[in-house]
Amino acid sequence: MIEIKELHKYFGALHVLKGIDLNVKKGEVLSIIGASGSGKSTLLYCINGLEPIQQGEVKVDGVSVHAKDTDLNKLRTKMGMVFQQWNSFPHLSALENVALAPRIVKGKSKAESREIARAQLEHVGLSDKIDVYPSALSGGQQQRLAIARALAMEPEYMLFDEATSALDPELVGEVLDTMRLLAEEGMTMICVTHEMGFARDVSDRVAYFHQGVMEEIGPPEQIFGKPESAHTAKFLANVR
Amino acid sequence: MNDSIAFFSGFGPKDLWFLTQAAWQTLLISVLSISGGTILGIFFGWILSESKVVGAITVGFILDAFRSVPLIIQLVLFYNLFNVIGLAVSPFWAGVTILGVYTSALVANVARGGIEAVGAPMRRAGRSLGMSYLQTMRYVVWPIGLRAVFPSWVGVALGVLKDSALVSVLGHPELLKVARDLITRTQQPLLVLAVAGAFYFALSFPISRYAAHLERKWQS
Repeated sequence: MIEIKELHKYFGALHVLKGIDLNVKKGEVLSIIGASGSGKSTLLYCINGLEPIQQGEVKVDGVSVHAKDTDLNKLRTKMGMVFQQWNSFPHLSALENVALAPRIVKGKSKAESREIARAQLEHVGLSDKIDVYPSALSGGQQQRLAIARALAMEPEYMLFDEATSALDPELVGEVLDTMRLLAEEGMTMICVTHEMGFARDVSDRVAYFHQGVMEEIGPPEQIFGKPESAHTAKFLANVR
Repeated sequence: MNDSIAFFSGFGPKDLWFLTQAAWQTLLISVLSISGGTILGIFFGWILSESKVVGAITVGFILDAFRSVPLIIQLVLFYNLFNVIGLAVSPFWAGVTILGVYTSALVANVARGGIEAVGAPMRRAGRSLGMSYLQTMRYVVWPIGLRAVFPSWVGVALGVLKDSALVSVLGHPELLKVARDLITRTQQPLLVLAVAGAFYFALSFPISRYAAHLERKWQS
């Protein structure tokens, strides 16, 4: 379970997150929508400990992410993260991209980590690209490679930071399909997304962020059907 | 008259062997100073990229000095300094040390450029997988960044190989020193210098070919 309490985050004088309270249960799929600059991505970075926070607390399975004595590297292996820019490691083949972290972080043997990598590449539909280098993969394939790379650490949570925003329109579908597959398998997911169709169809709950505040959260029927907040309604009217 | 004929004898096969041995010395000096200087230079480049202010006023300043003062002055100055302070350093090791530090000053800036070229998103990708800072450096940032500046590094290495000729001022019998001695004896400067030049080429050419091969391999 991910628990966020009274979270405040500043970039210098800029107040990016203004007191976020949010719990995500095991097995839940949460989509976060909202305009650019509303703090959605920053929230993911705070959950993964990639950004320090100024006030409040983030707990993952009861462990405080920002506490000084937390082994953040170990905690991060519980959370897979997929970024807008997929950031495949260009000097490694697809298989090596996925096998690297299990080997050096978890200390698995070379053979074992390659086996894990092979299984995860098959999982995301890249079995035929095992020895290919990222430069020869399309954006959609690289993003699926990034998903496989995160899954290879056997995370209990997956954080998606606008995973499809940097893709050409015709490549968005294959990445969303992979994300759907994970949701069906019961993975706990927090997806910052601009894909309203995905948010509506796949999520258990949808949160709308507005200027650093979680304006509204609820089941997709509520958010997309009859939003309680005027801001939510206005945002959705604009993106449709 | 016979004596002087023996003293000024022409270039013979035995001299070719002298030059081969001298080329071996040049290779030794170059390999030691380039590899040592490269490791040191990457370390300095890393410091420069990680701490802009502190790095610039400490490491950056020292490296600037080494880059700006002509190598021949550094060699003579430090070799004599070593002896003045009572360190009995042979011309060979003095040459290797100074050439190595000089190399590190050049490599540091090349390496810094490469390391800085790997942006925050790539580093975050590594950290988000649970890699420590050092693991992210070792397995992600350095391989990507240093490969990107590899062609510049090859340029530095070939330059240092040629600059190793300056170690001749310390009297160590490397290529240029032996060539000059042979010129004095044979009075055939064109021939001797041509042979010495061919040796330098024979040392450099495989390096640049191998470098080109590596670049092609990495691009695939």
